[in-house]
Amino acid sequence: MSKDNQLLEEFTSKEYEHGWNVNLEADEAPKGLSEDTVRFISAKKKEPTWLLEWRLKAYRQWEKMPEPKWSNVHYPKINYQDIIYYSAPKQKKSLSGLDEVDPELIKTFEKLGISITEQKRLTGVAVDAVIDSVSVATTFKSTLGELGIIFCSFSEAVKEHPDLIKKYLGSVVPMGDNYFAALNSAVFSDGSFCYIPKGVRCPMELSTYFRINAANTGQFERTLIIADEGSFVSYLEGCTAPMRDENQLHAAVVELYAMKDAEIKYSTVQNWYPGDKNGKGGIYNFVTKRGLCFGDHSKISWTQVETGSAITWKYPSCVLKGDYSMGEFYSVAVTNNYQQADTGTKMIHIGKNTKSRIVSKGISAGKSQNSYRGQVHIMKRASNARNFSQCDSLLMGDLCGAHTFPYIDVENQTARIEHEATTSKIGEDQIFYCLQRGIDEEAAVALIVNGYAKEVLNQLPMEFAVEAQKLLALTLEGSVG
Amino acid sequence: MTTATETFFKSIQESTVPSYFGEGKTIRKTALQRLLEIGLPSNKSEEYRFTPITKTLEKKLVWETSTQASTLSSIEPFLIPGLDAHLIVLINGAFAKQFSNLDELESSVTVTTFAEANTQIKEKIVAQLGSLNKSDDAFSLLNTAFYQEGIFIHVPKNTVVAKPFLILHINDAQQKQVVSHTRLLVTVENGSAVSVIEKSDSIGAYPCFHTFTEEIVVGEDATFDYCKVQNDSGSIHQVSNTTLSQSNTSKVNTFTLTLNGQLIRNNLSIIIDGEHCESHFHGLYLVTGNTLVDNHTVVDHQKPNSFSNELYKGIMDENSKGVFNGKIYVRPHAQKTNAFQSNRNILMSESATINTKPQLEIWADDVKCSHGCTTGQLDEEALFYLQARGIPYDSAKAMLLYAFALDVVALIKNDTLKSYVDDLITERLHKNF
Repeated sequence: MSKDNQLLEEFTSKEYEHGWNVNLEADEAPKGLSEDTVRFISAKKKEPTWLLEWRLKAYRQWEKMPEPKWSNVHYPKINYQDIIYYSAPKQKKSLSGLDEVDPELIKTFEKLGISITEQKRLTGVAVDAVIDSVSVATTFKSTLGELGIIFCSFSEAVKEHPDLIKKYLGSVVPMGDNYFAALNSAVFSDGSFCYIPKGVRCPMELSTYFRINAANTGQFERTLIIADEGSFVSYLEGCTAPMRDENQLHAAVVELYAMKDAEIKYSTVQNWYPGDKNGKGGIYNFVTKRGLCFGDHSKISWTQVETGSAITWKYPSCVLKGDYSMGEFYSVAVTNNYQQADTGTKMIHIGKNTKSRIVSKGISAGKSQNSYRGQVHIMKRASNARNFSQCDSLLMGDLCGAHTFPYIDVENQTARIEHEATTSKIGEDQIFYCLQRGIDEEAAVALIVNGYAKEVLNQLPMEFAVEAQKLLALTLEGSVG
Repeated sequence: MTTATETFFKSIQESTVPSYFGEGKTIRKTALQRLLEIGLPSNKSEEYRFTPITKTLEKKLVWETSTQASTLSSIEPFLIPGLDAHLIVLINGAFAKQFSNLDELESSVTVTTFAEANTQIKEKIVAQLGSLNKSDDAFSLLNTAFYQEGIFIHVPKNTVVAKPFLILHINDAQQKQVVSHTRLLVTVENGSAVSVIEKSDSIGAYPCFHTFTEEIVVGEDATFDYCKVQNDSGSIHQVSNTTLSQSNTSKVNTFTLTLNGQLIRNNLSIIIDGEHCESHFHGLYLVTGNTLVDNHTVVDHQKPNSFSNELYKGIMDENSKGVFNGKIYVRPHAQKTNAFQSNRNILMSESATINTKPQLEIWADDVKCSHGCTTGQLDEEALFYLQARGIPYDSAKAMLLYAFALDVVALIKNDTLKSYVDDLITERLHKNF
């Protein structure tokens, strides 16, 4: 046991691996939030008037909204006037390839072990690198362009495809949807935009890496993915952030829009700075993610591996509007030290014969609190809806907590809903079984946990599965119960 | 909360608070003050999200404190046939001595109303009142502020009460609306066993509102069986708050059956304050019409090595609504806890709804906890199987629904009660389904 404790200690006292700060001259907005800040951001990005109006409308709504208190997380009150809402790294005017990208930036990615060049060569992933709110490199654009796929930064899309943006911005997550979505709508800096035309199957995984860089910079990303009739796209999002002492706020919005027969697969690995072992610092991750299965037979699938952030507050949801549409949610959330996670999903069944599946695996260690909060709502019209939910929690150590808050609201008699949840620790008998067969305790835990999370990890694309497994193993090193 | 309700609460505060003893006054006043602060719950309140009770009450009732007299001459129709029990009858919130029967009660057992209690017992009552129910629930506060009568039951050490207690709540709304608030205090000392059956009924077309707060202390090695039968007329609005606390190696069984009523809300919470305790709690709700039944249960594991098992089943037909919320708390030191919870529902009609929220909150690692929840219909294949064997569709349906309900009914300990409940369910199934 003492060896285990030592290992646990060693792991928990480990400095954050990805903690460093690249010196990029930021072009910042003054601290604080007012209509002027919104105007500043909009002007800085040379946005059309309608978008400025949209932002201002969102800002006015946000001003009137109270900060939500219902989640099972605790944090000191955020001072929204103490945040810098816009910062852009300086860059050359136009970039046609990676060679023109700031070498500092390339180094940053190399430190993360995800260098663009390497990924480009080996895996065929097109990476739209977002650093401090402004896209600096978009690769494989021409390849995608041939198929008619639009994959670019949000600001670029505003300039080049204003009609699409005008039509779909806020169509899934309305500007006043919730407190953080409204904040994002007012001050969003940049993000990714993706459009897959009719009947096109995107030949590669699309991916974005987010980095929070300059100190005191809130990050307000906005992602919009539209899959037109019969198309398919798999989108990856991965995040790591350098070490910072003050808490940083991240309020992103992700909107997915799937038309008839379209399928969107959205995968996330989130490894932001979780704060040190005393719970100091770390990222506040308050994200609104929602997908709309608009057309019949459409499908949206969310997969997430959450290992970072001091506070995670995130519910990737599916609105199943089209008949026969399908929503999926696969999640592994790991919390350690003083991390708090309140995460889950919402499945809103509106169309007939809609199906949803929820698999959530929570792992809590140290003094962390891990909550699953989900809703399955079967509307009156949604005949023959089907849902299966499973949320399991694994506890490691006696100071952490696991909580489950599933809401199941059924208004249609033909619905079939199953929900199952369990909480347990790794059984002594399971460990003993492995030990008997010559597998040491450490490997046994890794084996059991990997098996426990397998159902979710299997959903991840190859490139991510490796990273996720590494993260899991790292997080659980030495936490034998 | 409308201004009328607020004005009513305020007017009470200014006048004298009704009280049976001086000390009780303080509790009432504090409760009333708190109630004025928080008000009755709106549908924004998390605990009453799906139960629009305040709105319903304010629409149907006129708030008042005066007790409504009853002209009831017989309680025969409300009794459980063949059940040999110690009978306690409360009509419109007042104790009905003429109908109650405690003649065969063991002499060591104390049963009294709050009003008739002697000084010594009054002290005990005051000490125990509000000791378990610390709930900030508005209706619990309302009850504390306005309760008209209470029953005090004390079972001394190592005593087995042979016959069960049958507590009848009758609300007679034949002439006028009825608002009644009652309380129950039970102490089961170490090594004793007692069973309490509580049945509520109402007659008359006027609306009724009844709140009932129960605080039950179960001692070491003691056993407590508790059964609630709610088969009221369609005009009752009822909120019950039941709090039980268990000591080492004690055993508690609860059963809640809801068949009828306008709006029924049951708050049941079990505090497991001892090791090696066992708690089983079961519920069955078979509702039709516009009935809304809302079961909120809490199991709070505060000490290690205990076991709890919860099973609630429901069948909703016509415009009825079912709400279920089950919370399991496992506190940081309650290691080796085993807690299970299951909620199963069947919706029978297009406009029936169910809102369920099974909730686990766990702060200890060496535990086994699970909850399961399903909503669905009858198995088509099972129906087909029966039909293929010459059983008409309706009977096949009733048969399967009966089997669904039987799971819970089979767990009732008292045979007379079990067959009574069985009959009620069979009757209901054949009438409605």
